[in-house]
Amino acid sequence: MRSLRLPRSPKVIIGLVIVGFFIIMTVIGPWLAPYDPSSTAFAPLLSPSAHHWLGTTSLGQDIFSQLLVGARATMVVALLAGLAATILSMTVGIAAGYLGGWSDEGLSLVSNVFLAIPGVPLLIVIDSYLPVNSRSNFFVIGLIISLTGWAWGARVLRAQTMSLRNRDFVEAARIIGEKRTRIMFTEVAPNLLPVLASSFLFTVLYSIGAYVTLAYIGLTSTAVWNWGTMLYWAQANNAPLSGEWYWFVPPGICIALVGTGLALVNFGIDEFINPRLRAGGLTARQRRQLGLPRRIRLGLTPVLHASSKPKIVPAHAKLVSQ
Amino acid sequence: MRMLARRLLLYIVTAWVAITANFLLPRMMPGNPIQTLIGKITNTVTPEEIRAIRLSFGLGFHQGLVAQYFTYLTQLVHGNLGISITLGAPVSSILREAVPWTVGLIGLSTIFSFAIGTFGGALLGWTRGSRLDSLIPTATFFQAVPYFFLATVMLLLFGSDLHWFPVLGAYSPTVTQGWNLAYIESVIRYGELPLIAIVLSSLAGWMLGMRNMMITMIGEDFVLMAVAKGLPRRKVIWHAARNAILPSIANLSLAIGLVVSGALLVELVFNYPGVGDLLLQAVLNEDYPLIQGIFLVITLAVLAANFLADIVYLWLDPRTRTVAAV
Repeated sequence: MRSLRLPRSPKVIIGLVIVGFFIIMTVIGPWLAPYDPSSTAFAPLLSPSAHHWLGTTSLGQDIFSQLLVGARATMVVALLAGLAATILSMTVGIAAGYLGGWSDEGLSLVSNVFLAIPGVPLLIVIDSYLPVNSRSNFFVIGLIISLTGWAWGARVLRAQTMSLRNRDFVEAARIIGEKRTRIMFTEVAPNLLPVLASSFLFTVLYSIGAYVTLAYIGLTSTAVWNWGTMLYWAQANNAPLSGEWYWFVPPGICIALVGTGLALVNFGIDEFINPRLRAGGLTARQRRQLGLPRRIRLGLTPVLHASSKPKIVPAHAKLVSQ
Repeated sequence: MRMLARRLLLYIVTAWVAITANFLLPRMMPGNPIQTLIGKITNTVTPEEIRAIRLSFGLGFHQGLVAQYFTYLTQLVHGNLGISITLGAPVSSILREAVPWTVGLIGLSTIFSFAIGTFGGALLGWTRGSRLDSLIPTATFFQAVPYFFLATVMLLLFGSDLHWFPVLGAYSPTVTQGWNLAYIESVIRYGELPLIAIVLSSLAGWMLGMRNMMITMIGEDFVLMAVAKGLPRRKVIWHAARNAILPSIANLSLAIGLVVSGALLVELVFNYPGVGDLLLQAVLNEDYPLIQGIFLVITLAVLAANFLADIVYLWLDPRTRTVAAV
């Protein structure tokens, strides 16, 4: 029995804490917001104070409230896009890898084409043609972003599927006479879970960037508060150059923090997929506890035992005792 | 060679998809944006220019969709991308002025960040588990910061507060343009900060990727062999790094698109007179011919860069050549 190894590396734990924090903010942020983010009831351009933690905009809106409310739109769109893109890349990637032949050629061509077209410029073109009411629709924006962000995952999943398709358990399922779709989604897909998770996080990361970029150049509805719209208004009112750092720095930092959290969790998944990366994530103390050498030497892939502390026994002593 | 031919085919197909998307998008969207657009500009533009705009959209005559498509393609082959609504000039000539700035800035910064990132990543991978590992979260942070945000902060800090770098624009407004020393010097000076901003934002991606590949490579037998032979450390690192770099180059196709997308916004922050700045203006004014022209040019440039990366890959990795020969 192998128990599930909980994330050990501090990187992963920090990542999980950051992501968890922002997910909570997504859920309860709008309720916590002290004021209506669009209300222009206050004096313009107030510096941060006890009443307005992050000051006010040039229209007299409370920036802290905008930040809290904006978390929801930003995260929801990114999660939607990540989910849609992952489903798409899973379907295309596994089908291409498992079916092989002409289906593979065709599906790979499609994903390679989408990979080669630069995503954000395409998004800008599509978005600029959207009617204004669609621009404020989370689903529409999320789906469009997912359209430009699924191809990478499909490619990775295809490669992994190809390495699985001739394993014994898949072969066995085939001999039993399972249907192809069933084999793909119940035999192959569960074994791709770490890769799927990693590709999902990566896509969410991309989607946040894409959504914020669209909002920053004014292509999402300005009626919906998200971190990109905040940056858009800050830029439009020349906040960076007139020194109103409290207007444009907080949303930027939030975006960067969410991204860092996601990337750190992804690190953990990478270490899970590729054990050679794992020892790099341990602190010196943990390495000592695991009985690993202080400096990991070349060519040595450290083997970590979850249950017992291995004692280093000289090879000849072992022979004698036997 | 077969691999190269396959890739070339892929890029041609991609270019065709992009061109076709450009043709279909305005037609598929609800609300008929082209008609709205033409209705809006009837008062400001001469009838001749409207005709040119309609032509560039393939809308010249009363035709079916297929015929419109061919009109559109013919116009494209002749380099007619339409006329910008706001600037009144042909899109192709507007782009001709903006593209060199962008290619210079983004091209140079990509080369810098790839070189520095790969070198740093190799080092980080080699010394994994050491104190240098604490750089990883920092690098991850820089990877996650939106390009335009980092650029804004740098512009503020090093440009307007500390006055270390001249900002806004691509050259000093006081020098005369042309091949004179003062102008070239001012172009370099004005390019420094945008370049550093792009390099800083894109560096971490290369670095982390290279680190992971390097760690995987170190476990391979040929590296152990190199150590066993007693090769000097530098040579062993080079041995491993040379092999670890291949996936990095293979990933260029994904990365170039992302870097270009991010860097376009850096131009915007710095008012750099490249394609990115132009794109923002076009978006703000709903200047569809200009938006579409910019999208096409960016896509073609990215595809060309991808093809270049493929050639480098083929040149570096002898295995792909042997496979091709069989």
